[in-house]
Amino acid sequence: MTNKISLDLRIWRQESVSQEGAYVEYRIEDLSTNLSLLEALDKLNEELVMNGERPINFDHDCREGICGSCGFLVNGQPHGPKDATTICQLYLRNFRDQSTLTLEPLRAKAFPLIQDLVVDRSSLDRLIISGGFYSVDTGSAPDANSFKVSQDNSSSAFQTATCIGCGACIASCRNASASLFVAAKLAHLGQLPQGQTLRSERAKQMKKQMAAEEFGSCSNNLDCEAICPKEISSNWISWMNRE
Amino acid sequence: MSHLPDPCLPTGVCDGAWQRIQTSLPSIPVEKKNGMQIVVVGGGLSGSSAAATLAEQGFHVKLITYHDSPRRAHSVAAQGGINAAKSIEEDNLDGINELFKDTVRGGDFRAREATCRRLAEISGSIIDQCVAQGVPFAREYEGVLATRRFGGAVVSRTFYARGQTGQQLLYGAYQALMRQVANQRVELLPRRDVLELIKVNGVIRGVVSRNLLSGKLEVFRAHAVILATGGYSNVYFLSTNSLKSNATAIWRAHKQGAFFANPSFTQIHPTCIPLGDKYQSKLTLMSESLRNDGRIWLPKQINDKRHPSDIPELQRDYFLERLYPSYGNMVPRDVASRRAKELCDAGFGVGVDGRSVYLDLRDAILRKGPQEIKSKYGNLIDMYERIVGEDPLAMPMRIYPAPHYTMGGLWVDYHLMSTLPGLFVLGEANCTVHGANRLGANALLQCLADGYFIAPSSVTAWLAGQTFSPSSQEIDNACIEAMAKAQKRIDDLVKVKGGIPVDDFHRKLGKIMINRCGIIRDERGLRSGLKEVNELKNQFHNEVRVPFEVDCPNPELEKAMRVADFLELAHLMLSDALSREESCGAHFREEYQTKEGEALRDDENYSHIAVWEFVRGASSIKHVEGLSFSAIQPDKRSYR
Repeated sequence: MTNKISLDLRIWRQESVSQEGAYVEYRIEDLSTNLSLLEALDKLNEELVMNGERPINFDHDCREGICGSCGFLVNGQPHGPKDATTICQLYLRNFRDQSTLTLEPLRAKAFPLIQDLVVDRSSLDRLIISGGFYSVDTGSAPDANSFKVSQDNSSSAFQTATCIGCGACIASCRNASASLFVAAKLAHLGQLPQGQTLRSERAKQMKKQMAAEEFGSCSNNLDCEAICPKEISSNWISWMNRE
Repeated sequence: MSHLPDPCLPTGVCDGAWQRIQTSLPSIPVEKKNGMQIVVVGGGLSGSSAAATLAEQGFHVKLITYHDSPRRAHSVAAQGGINAAKSIEEDNLDGINELFKDTVRGGDFRAREATCRRLAEISGSIIDQCVAQGVPFAREYEGVLATRRFGGAVVSRTFYARGQTGQQLLYGAYQALMRQVANQRVELLPRRDVLELIKVNGVIRGVVSRNLLSGKLEVFRAHAVILATGGYSNVYFLSTNSLKSNATAIWRAHKQGAFFANPSFTQIHPTCIPLGDKYQSKLTLMSESLRNDGRIWLPKQINDKRHPSDIPELQRDYFLERLYPSYGNMVPRDVASRRAKELCDAGFGVGVDGRSVYLDLRDAILRKGPQEIKSKYGNLIDMYERIVGEDPLAMPMRIYPAPHYTMGGLWVDYHLMSTLPGLFVLGEANCTVHGANRLGANALLQCLADGYFIAPSSVTAWLAGQTFSPSSQEIDNACIEAMAKAQKRIDDLVKVKGGIPVDDFHRKLGKIMINRCGIIRDERGLRSGLKEVNELKNQFHNEVRVPFEVDCPNPELEKAMRVADFLELAHLMLSDALSREESCGAHFREEYQTKEGEALRDDENYSHIAVWEFVRGASSIKHVEGLSFSAIQPDKRSYR
């Protein structure tokens, strides 16, 4: 059974960071509810191209919720209304027929706008560059089984390592804090026996970089946890603060 | 016509050959490395691991990716695991032997024995490396690494991190790479598409890329170039690949003289979420582990439109169990895909356009309880529900095979160098170990073997032997020429100003390719496919519409350039499939099958890698690299 849906879309259009942006209204008619929101945008873009208009620019790639490329706001919420779901896996059946969706880019000082719904998240890479790794050269690794890791530890480290770097936590925070992103990385690396040396050094470096990138301080509102498509717990922020 | 160059295979027994060769490879003093620049294209598992390792060893590396960050490369989506011959016991020769043999056999004897052997021998060090980087592999109760069994294997040797092994391995390589960015050994060049290679006196000396934000063409010079750009399943439009995965860099290299090996060897994965609507943009893979508990069936009655729960047991055809009593639902990927397609073609299929089969968890739920099934497959069940909107615990899932992986790729020698000196090719983009069919959990292994271990040695060895350096005038001229070529491609596409959007062409190409060069191929279909692709290509260059602002972000232009290359590559895939008059691995020719409908290999005439040379203005030339086997003898695959 294929159901159809029609929606009004208010989409943030902005040529570049140096030009003014504004919402532009579009209507999509009688689309199958089995399409994802991004597929609806693909179709809208096809129409725009045919009409000689500039298509709407948005980041995306894997379309299966794992690469972290996508992630704009739908009615003010990063990745839209569905829990534990990135925007590429958000299907039209999650919306009411004839409703209006407002789509706008992730907004944070550390994410300068590029075009339309696309922002520059290279600040997240720079946080990792500041210390989000173990220092081990290829070929110098000891036997993998020389590290024993309990199932609990390995599973907990895995949980924090699943962060896809989409930046939703930052856009959801009223202070645009990167605390959850950094805490997840520190917790991943800090829970394993391989990462015990330099553990506090890592935390210091990454926190310093957080400030340099002008991410805000933690708002304690826990919006980050609620919005995280990988459901990473905000308890790791207090864990980080104890480091 | 040039000849196929030497694949440089090791002499003597293949056991331990890699180690013997490695110790004899020339090296370069660190001071000299410091003055050398390597460009790596692609930030996935093989690109990031190679870039990080070469930088650790003293080279300057530029890493170019079309993503905003290397962490987004499609290696991130690999679910199942990574094979390795690694046991707690010290003597692990049996493990290496088994992995080696399963890889050769899995590829249906269409890969080089020596490279498969090397893959197995390196595998243990890869796990060591990943663990030292902090990859949180699954653990046993006592804290040692856990493994699970995978398709095509008799032993348990697949290391995994839940269903997100690719993500965790990629983040390990990405973090190693970022450490080298911090050390100022690696420069990241994100949001760029490589469009041409710079060739000076026959040697590759750099690349031309388009900056996807400014639209500017840029030149990056190098002493050597590494392509780690992944596979080309997106020729089929609908595949499990990420949307922007493309063949542009390898296709440009091919047109400049790099030979292409076994282009028609593509793997179709049986358990993917099928098409729901014309505008659907991709097919999502569901791990084949579901076949452990899911039973695959179709209605016995043709064109049966009833709800699955209204179809009584006696009117269901559990066709894999019927045809393969011993393996049942666990037959290899190619076999499962083929049987599903045949029945759907015959009108038994269900779902949209009758293009899917049921994967039913009902009996497993009755036997084990919903809780156990949920805990085992929770993430897959959630994913299916998100995409399809139905609960697999209440209703059978609908699945269908989807293009997933390409075993073919640029031809490289044992040292991963293409037929263009100075151009190395890694990971899915090359053709080294998977033969006609890739073994599950060997893709991640190959990427890391290439990136962490093989390429760093072989690139260094090649550079050490380079005495000739071109004059700056020669390089300048080559750069200008390559830039002009890239600019012309862009101008040609933009000025068409036709009335058909790019995706329309891509969808049509996908349909041709899945019908003519997909799960089943035959001579008539392949010949028709060649004609259809030619027509579509001509139409594309006369009627495509690309927005003409080029000095700014222009995703439609990016797509158009990719589709232009796919159209040409599709032609080569069809030609290759046509010229291989046998069935092997994932390449199934209708005309060449046993009485039971299984693949019929012809070792007498086709025990070779088909290697294609591009010729401007004429048909491609096929060369043949013969394969010989000494450690393992070709035998027949049977799953009945």
